[in-house]
Amino acid sequence: MQNWKKGFMFVVVMVLAFSLIVGCGSGNQTQGGTTTDNNQPADNAQTTIEGSITAVGSSALQPLVEKAAQDFMAKNPKAKIQVQGGGSGTGLSQVAQGGADIGNSDIFAEEKSGIPADQLVDHKVAVVGMAAVANPDVGVDNLTTQQLVDIFTGKITNWKEVGGKDQAITLVNRPASSGTRATFKKYALGGVEEAKGIEEDSSGTVRKIIAETPGAIGYLAFSYLDGSVKPLKLDGVEPTKENVVTNDYKVWAYEHMYTKGEPQGLAKAFLEYILSDEVQKGAVVDGGYIPVTDMKVERDAQGNVTQK
Amino acid sequence: MEDKVQGIDLTKKRGSIVFFDKLGFSLTFISAIILIITTASIYIFVASKGFATFFVNGVNIIDFLTGTEWNPLRTAEEGGPLYGTFPFIFGSFAVTFMAALISAPLGIGAAVFMTEIAPSWGQKILQPVIELLVGIPSVVYGFIGLTLVVPFIRNYVGGLGFGLLAGTIVLAVMILPTITSISVDTLRAVPREMKEGSYALGATRWQTIYRILFRASIPGFITAVVFGMARAFGEALAVQMVLGNAPLIPKDLVSPASTITSIITINMGHTVSGSAENNVLWSLALLLLAMSALFIFVIRMIAKRRRFTS
Repeated sequence: MQNWKKGFMFVVVMVLAFSLIVGCGSGNQTQGGTTTDNNQPADNAQTTIEGSITAVGSSALQPLVEKAAQDFMAKNPKAKIQVQGGGSGTGLSQVAQGGADIGNSDIFAEEKSGIPADQLVDHKVAVVGMAAVANPDVGVDNLTTQQLVDIFTGKITNWKEVGGKDQAITLVNRPASSGTRATFKKYALGGVEEAKGIEEDSSGTVRKIIAETPGAIGYLAFSYLDGSVKPLKLDGVEPTKENVVTNDYKVWAYEHMYTKGEPQGLAKAFLEYILSDEVQKGAVVDGGYIPVTDMKVERDAQGNVTQK
Repeated sequence: MEDKVQGIDLTKKRGSIVFFDKLGFSLTFISAIILIITTASIYIFVASKGFATFFVNGVNIIDFLTGTEWNPLRTAEEGGPLYGTFPFIFGSFAVTFMAALISAPLGIGAAVFMTEIAPSWGQKILQPVIELLVGIPSVVYGFIGLTLVVPFIRNYVGGLGFGLLAGTIVLAVMILPTITSISVDTLRAVPREMKEGSYALGATRWQTIYRILFRASIPGFITAVVFGMARAFGEALAVQMVLGNAPLIPKDLVSPASTITSIITINMGHTVSGSAENNVLWSLALLLLAMSALFIFVIRMIAKRRRFTS
């Protein structure tokens, strides 16, 4: 019995020691990484910025935040920023519950039920335009809003009804809860209920399906347009950055980074960095987003647009 | 016990031997406890989230299981959200059973070939093939399905290509190795005396396979197929890519459908933890968990029967 107890104690000690080693190991790694970075000349006065934060949410915004975080950490070796995807819903709920320091979202917190929007501070870091896109062979390059609504509600089921080929229309939607779908529904379709069609979670898959399926129509963020699918003009307005900044093309959304209360320390510095010209004119444009500083209009959570 | 073996004084060593004996016991015992706690926690967690739909959000469980309308975001002015999950339940069962229907004869046939018809070279070729099939990640199956199977169905069968048929084909390939390898083990477990007795009575090889080996292996084959079905039922990624995920009951084999898993995976990240839309997804997860428990129960029931008394 005495021996059994001894053995048990030994195991407990071993487990504790092991977890300690693992913990220290990862800590050492970070330190090792920062040491090398320290050797680079700091071209920035903000060398005192340190700490560790997490940014979680929107997979549409994730590549931009990741790029910005990398550059930021290279400049501030003592700062550690973890970026994770997971969707706008996850981002908003995580930041509201304190699970993440920054919650990335494609939609206003006010638009998502169950989020205490009044506790969250909104930082709009970029704008993303969305285009209705079709398979290149449908023979249509412009739709009126009414035609688009009729297509997405299932009233029009053949491309010939809107001046295209004699071909059945296939709808490719994002899932019901998706932020992109909510934006498209609100600003392109005027909030009508869509007919049920194919639903795909990732924009990459949506693009592949539209490119390969005859008669397919869906919608994609501008950053996903690559020539394999045809962006459609809406009421004669081309889906371009120039038309978005003036709100002539209305289907766009802000990319939000929410914090719970006013951001402090590292989170504040990082958000300032993302809004700086360096990122806005660099990573934002490179990633296919529109710099929030370029916008000539402003839009609130209710969809009211005001000139800046 | 002798205290001296080959001149070594065991009494000195005994202390450390006992110690390592106890250490081994403690380690395995703790592993077992952690495993039990983990499993129990998963069930408790999923159940607490899953039941919230019915007890907190007040969704009627009958409507939830039998309703055919899925519209979790419909506003209160339009009549409130609708959480009918029957189309997904239907889709999950449809692809699972159809995949098993294709894979069971193929897998069992391959197993008979490997063990009885051409044990030497058949095994040399088939064994690595099966192992390779197991090693392919499901996203690769999904991508192959999306790139090859879906366009093929669209061009030569009809419809959009996305649908039950594409899902069935992808799943059938995925569960084939499971069914084959378990069937091989089953056939190998049949006592040699039974086979030799059959040949001694003058039975042909086919008669022996059909009358003796098959009969003796039926419970094992059922286990193999149920294992395959359990895998098919829980598979998410590959199916999601080729199924189309339309929240509808499909009219035919080539129209888009959805499964429980595909609805959970495409919606989970967009919903807010704790909201009704999120809880409904957990209820679906609970349903999956219950189904997998059922599959395991069935397998255990069959395994009980499967004893060769000699």
